[in-house]
Amino acid sequence: MSEETKIRVLVAKPGLDGHDRGAKVIARALRDAGMEVIYTGLRQTPEQIAEAALQEDVDVVGLSSLSGAHRHLFPRVVEALRAKGLGDVIVVGGGIIPAEDVPDLKRAGVAELFGPGTPTTAVAEFIRREVAGRRAAG
Amino acid sequence: MADEKLYDPKALADLKEAEAKWSGGPVKKTLERFPEQKKDYKLTSGVEIKRLYTPLDVADEDYLGDLGFPGEYPFTRGVQPTMYRGRFWTMRQYAGFGSAEETNARFKYLLEHGQTGLSVAFDLPTQIGYDSDHPLAEGEVGKVGVAIDSLEDLETLFAGIPLDKVSTSMTINAPAAILLAMYQAVGEKQGVPGKALNGTVQNDILKEYAARGTYIFPPKPSMRLVTDIFAYCAKEMPEWNTISISGYHIREAGATAVQEVAFTLANGIAYVQAAIGAGLDVDSFGPRLSFFFNSHLDFLEEVAKFRAARRLWARIMKERFKAKNPRSWMLRFHTQTAGVTLTAQQPDNNIVRVAWQALAAVLGGTQSLHTNSRDEALALPSEDSVRIALRTQQLIAHESGAADTIDPLGGSYYIEGLTDRIEQEAARYIEKIDGMGGAPAAIERGYVQAEIQDSAYRYQLEVESGDRVIVGVNKFQVEEKELAGLLRIDPEVAARQTERLARLKARRDGAAVTASLQALERTARGKDNLLPAIYECVKAYATLGEVSDVLRKVFGEYRGSTAL
Repeated sequence: MSEETKIRVLVAKPGLDGHDRGAKVIARALRDAGMEVIYTGLRQTPEQIAEAALQEDVDVVGLSSLSGAHRHLFPRVVEALRAKGLGDVIVVGGGIIPAEDVPDLKRAGVAELFGPGTPTTAVAEFIRREVAGRRAAG
Repeated sequence: MADEKLYDPKALADLKEAEAKWSGGPVKKTLERFPEQKKDYKLTSGVEIKRLYTPLDVADEDYLGDLGFPGEYPFTRGVQPTMYRGRFWTMRQYAGFGSAEETNARFKYLLEHGQTGLSVAFDLPTQIGYDSDHPLAEGEVGKVGVAIDSLEDLETLFAGIPLDKVSTSMTINAPAAILLAMYQAVGEKQGVPGKALNGTVQNDILKEYAARGTYIFPPKPSMRLVTDIFAYCAKEMPEWNTISISGYHIREAGATAVQEVAFTLANGIAYVQAAIGAGLDVDSFGPRLSFFFNSHLDFLEEVAKFRAARRLWARIMKERFKAKNPRSWMLRFHTQTAGVTLTAQQPDNNIVRVAWQALAAVLGGTQSLHTNSRDEALALPSEDSVRIALRTQQLIAHESGAADTIDPLGGSYYIEGLTDRIEQEAARYIEKIDGMGGAPAAIERGYVQAEIQDSAYRYQLEVESGDRVIVGVNKFQVEEKELAGLLRIDPEVAARQTERLARLKARRDGAAVTASLQALERTARGKDNLLPAIYECVKAYATLGEVSDVLRKVFGEYRGSTAL
């Protein structure tokens, strides 16, 4: 993949959760998979995440929360992105997310949820496929 | 000290010769026909595991100097002379969710089922000094722990639980002084003086910067809060553990066993130096320092780790800091089984993982223990899951026989060799950190975080390549069924908590609150101990957020790193 078309990913920690092992491992794996990865650091509001997505011109926003606040925060991030005209940015999420929450989050605009034990290669593959699809469509 | 060696040099020479014969004979022949399953046998710490350990591996050991007797320096075999024959470890399940009423009910449930100490989990807004009505608290109230906004909430949390009859551990760091003051105030209202209060505040801010993330203030004022607690408790709450220097979260963030010991003890050294720098005598606070470790998957490495940590800390306190009181030399610790090893896949398997991790903690001589619940990779634990986790400890205590003699694995060639090795490797790291100017400086420049992140990534790559087998995740998978009965947090808890806070603010003496907060601000700008001023604030029902805001105003806020 050439420099111009490198996939750009923002890995973000919404809310107050401090568990960032997963976020950092995923960030590094996506980087090793050839993507440009930016990490927001901890305690980001949905608005801050959307602003960073805009500034960094990313294709994908990866959200991580292990505090149980995902039901509240993930949809807020999708809304904040749309409010900035970034409705085409792909949002994925991971963390401690019970299966029964997944349908609601997908309805809210989260493209996919990756639970504990997901290989990082599966996340990278998903992102590559989705971005290729959107680029072809766009 | 050759005369103190336990093995006769002639016997060792014979052994060496015999071992060479064995390696060159039967082993070699077997390997030719049946190669071993793995190419490399290594511990998480990267230390090579040999095929067999013999007296040759411990030939240099000086029994009295390196192991000694339980309750005596260097405490390798345990901190008490009779260990679990006198009393089992404290069975202390970390619990808290929703409102103070709900958590109070869970505490009573656990005490009824034979738990012997309490451990409070606070929600994230509480841990970061925000009231439940703060915009940043949205979505987080009551989620990973109980929401505490004021003394009123803490009164509810301990309603019907006499504080002179339980010991309470509070996982609270940046606002530890505020929660400690509230606890003392609840005690006072129950008629229990500070001198009779037993428990622990985590109060370990350095690992928050390095691994856990619930910091508020920059390092310097944070260290002042830590040492103010040391000084205050020495006078007001002499039985209280003023800090729980925590490797747990460092390990959860990805560190190896050696790194866990090294970074934790390096943080411990920084606290001791800060307290001495603040004018305290090492023996005035040394006996009240406590530790908190992880118990991870590698059973034998973990047992050796606890023993190594105990010996290394004793040597640091006695030799480096010249502590005179033997209680200052003792590394007393709480253990929690490794949350990160719980799998969302086939969650019942977690019961087994937790059982051997708990057994490792007991064989390592822990003073208290939390066993994780099988469903924690999916949600906060349900009541049923928590009961199984507590029963696991009771099974080990009463049925396994592991608690009947002290340090039963002591003397194992492998365990002793590994204890030595972990101590040496950890000491090497500490030396390196000393060279950088100590733990705060090493954390400030991101060294500790980078070391942890590298280990975490290596671990993940091992799992993905299949070199590290995780049963149910990368081998022996099945079609997953949804686990029923997960705990759901009542979504109304935030609204109820906000209403309660509004009622409190309408009811309390506003002038007294303002005066106490102003007095705190003056103290914060000066050099006096912050605790008495904080105590006055919480007694006037100033909220956690209000007290934290005063300190934010004076101290400023810390911004975390975004380095990968």
